[in-house]
Amino acid sequence: MSPTNPPLQARPTQRDTVIEMSGITVQFPGVLALDGVDLRLRRGEVHALLGENGAGKSTLVKALTGVHGIDGGSIVVDGVDRTFSSTADAERAGIATVYQEVNLCPNLSVGENITLGHEPRRRGVIDWRGAHEAAVGHLRRFGLDLDPRSLLGGHPLAVRQLVAICRAMVLDANVLILDEPTSSLDRGEVERLFSAVRDLRDQGVAVVFISHFLDQVYEISDRITVLRNGRLVGEYTVDELPRAELVSRMIGRELAELEELGRTAAKPVDRTATPVLRASGLGRSRVIEPVDLDVYPGEVVGLAGLLGSGRTELARLLAGADTADAGTVEMHGRPVRLTTPRRAIRHGVAFSSEDRRGEGVVGDLTVAENILLGLQARRGWLRPLRRAERTAVVAEYIEALGVRPANPDMLVRNLSGGNQQKVLLGRWLATAPELLILDEPTRGIDVGAKADIQRKVADLAERGLSVLFISSELEEVLRLAQRILIMRDRRRIGLVESRETDVDGLVAVMAHTGRPATDTKEVR
Amino acid sequence: MARVLGHRLFWPVAALLALVVLNAAVRPGFVRITVRDGHLYGALVDILRQSAPLMMVALGMTLVIATRGIDLSVGAVMAVSGAVALTFIDRSADPGALGTVLVAIAAGVAVGVVLGTWNGFLVTVFGVQPIVATLVLMLAGRGVALLITGGFITTVVSPPYKFVASGFLLGLPFALFLSAAAIAVVAIVQRRTALGLLTEAVGINPEASRLAGVRSQGIVFTAYVASGALAGLAGILYSSNIMAADANAAGEFIELYAILAVVLGRTSLLGGKFSIAGTAVGVLIIQTLQSTVLFLGVSSAQSPVFFAFVVVVVVVVQSPQLHRRLSRLSGRRRGRTAPPAQPATRDLEVSA
Repeated sequence: MSPTNPPLQARPTQRDTVIEMSGITVQFPGVLALDGVDLRLRRGEVHALLGENGAGKSTLVKALTGVHGIDGGSIVVDGVDRTFSSTADAERAGIATVYQEVNLCPNLSVGENITLGHEPRRRGVIDWRGAHEAAVGHLRRFGLDLDPRSLLGGHPLAVRQLVAICRAMVLDANVLILDEPTSSLDRGEVERLFSAVRDLRDQGVAVVFISHFLDQVYEISDRITVLRNGRLVGEYTVDELPRAELVSRMIGRELAELEELGRTAAKPVDRTATPVLRASGLGRSRVIEPVDLDVYPGEVVGLAGLLGSGRTELARLLAGADTADAGTVEMHGRPVRLTTPRRAIRHGVAFSSEDRRGEGVVGDLTVAENILLGLQARRGWLRPLRRAERTAVVAEYIEALGVRPANPDMLVRNLSGGNQQKVLLGRWLATAPELLILDEPTRGIDVGAKADIQRKVADLAERGLSVLFISSELEEVLRLAQRILIMRDRRRIGLVESRETDVDGLVAVMAHTGRPATDTKEVR
Repeated sequence: MARVLGHRLFWPVAALLALVVLNAAVRPGFVRITVRDGHLYGALVDILRQSAPLMMVALGMTLVIATRGIDLSVGAVMAVSGAVALTFIDRSADPGALGTVLVAIAAGVAVGVVLGTWNGFLVTVFGVQPIVATLVLMLAGRGVALLITGGFITTVVSPPYKFVASGFLLGLPFALFLSAAAIAVVAIVQRRTALGLLTEAVGINPEASRLAGVRSQGIVFTAYVASGALAGLAGILYSSNIMAADANAAGEFIELYAILAVVLGRTSLLGGKFSIAGTAVGVLIIQTLQSTVLFLGVSSAQSPVFFAFVVVVVVVVQSPQLHRRLSRLSGRRRGRTAPPAQPATRDLEVSA
């Protein structure tokens, strides 16, 4: 390995660096997931990998562990140029991963899960007694007193998470990647995990820590690498990157092209009218604390907050995707109960989920069918749209939203992310909503499509539609929304006029540590 | 030509034609259709007539599979429906009256609806996995049928009931009309209303469909009810054919043949897109094959082996993997560089 690319800090000796990824590029159909990203891991450090959703953190990890092939760049492990073809391959080289979704076998025992794939053998057969003893030893390090013969599926998620980490450690890994390991743990369990992580670090293991909980990042990490939109923002030591700085680097600044759109926020909104939507004390226990919100006709209300702040959760309550257990909602002054998506749609609430693939498009249906789905569902199966109506509606939205290619018979899964988003927007507009809730409509799509969608939202609001706009990109929120609801730690922090604030102002509120970390109870 | 070759149903139809041609070659009288007493007779007519129960069951199965489910109980439902209908006729004052028979048929189909409702209830309201939910009835149903017939094979003499499976209308077997009507009704209800689109949407992406306002549970529920009703009708046809309610033999293994017919008709077991025409072709393939086995005099012990062999060939011929390999092979033979192999559809998740 040539000692090029000196890191920002002190020049490490060759022995220090376990892994050096440079210029990593990963291309997915229709989107550049990683664009020339570097990551350097040293022995005996906890390295936080940070960025908003879609920044490329998981993709980078998966590129390292051989889940995704890389389209450019190099991976140097212990001074040798390598690429892994599978996680098993990476594990043999001492790189162990615990993914966000616990990927163990719930129908096997705890001991079997921990030793699966590298069971101790005696005379050719698996030595289960030895395997279970080894498992107990590893579990003890976490202070877990579990029967290794018990079924994994019978334990709570937090325990399973810790078992997953145990499993990673059995490998005697010198690199341990923890992707959102704490999202399902309570504070005590986080403590246990962290003390194990510190032990490992002191033994010289390089730990990659991916988390949305910035408190935890500052508590455990030594260095931080920040990604944004598939690009490297920078590598920092914890001391040189204060919290507000970190948040603004994660969120980033907009491209000049988008700046030209101008701010629609300047548009005056009549707030003496009856609000289209009024939510009072709307909440769901263990998910989001009660929130008040008014949205007026023709108004765009932005919803700002980091991931996990409760912004998506609020949107889901309003859309009937989840059911609120507290509070009331009025539409046009009349109380309504938005208990199912169907009901919400009937009351004129349209919700475009942030999970475009999982909860948005129906991949194996055509563009036309996807656009018509919402409208047809609203009419019921007995009242099919006539062919002429169908053609007209589909043509209208393909044209108005600029779906490319403009082919109604193409399967939606073959479209790029931006065009899928336009199709979804078309689906919702076809139902003639009164309130349009867009959750991260511009995430992971190219700049052109992003500008199209922003322009369309501004245009719709101009014509009287009310919009609740959720985005991690604050510039976008500031430009489109008249008012911005700020959320943090699953609660409403405040509502600001976007005229009176800017990105730095929002960041300061979003990043502010108003609550002690010990309160962070996670419910997923 | 490319359009014909690329059609979804090209391979199923080709397989069916191949079977017919094969039969015609080895069996001189196979394609001959004779007219006797104004009725059409012949091997092809027999195949169409005998395929009626499987056709009904497979149509219902198609709808259930499209919603990502499966219905293993259809055979048992057939047994119960036949038992109910025949027991009713047996106990009635006048077994030969048309009214009695119509009520009996209605009762059989109604029982199918009830049992389908039970399945749908377990699957949608309680979220029981379809294979488990319908397995319950698959195992218990025949017991219920035995209970109804009192443990005997009920036989009746009732000309109008016999007509259902063995009668002729306008020179054609009456069962053929029933089967055609079932295909037409299912196709029209699915494709002329929006039900087909909504069913496919639910089968492909249930959560996205729910958020789009589709009443997913209702659609899944309906599919099981339809499957139950069609299985009930199939039970009537079966019992009318032998004029007996045989709780053990009625619809034995028919669930498996129905699944096979659906798969042969290119509807994916993963749910989503479905093809009614494909299922109909699949049923005819199976029925023709059975007729072939019978004709060739394959001993009854060996006939499943023969059957399985042909099915494997048909399924493999349809496999996209095989087509890819063949096209690569033929590309190489022509001395060109083969196009890069398509990696198995990578379903990449862009997440971080």
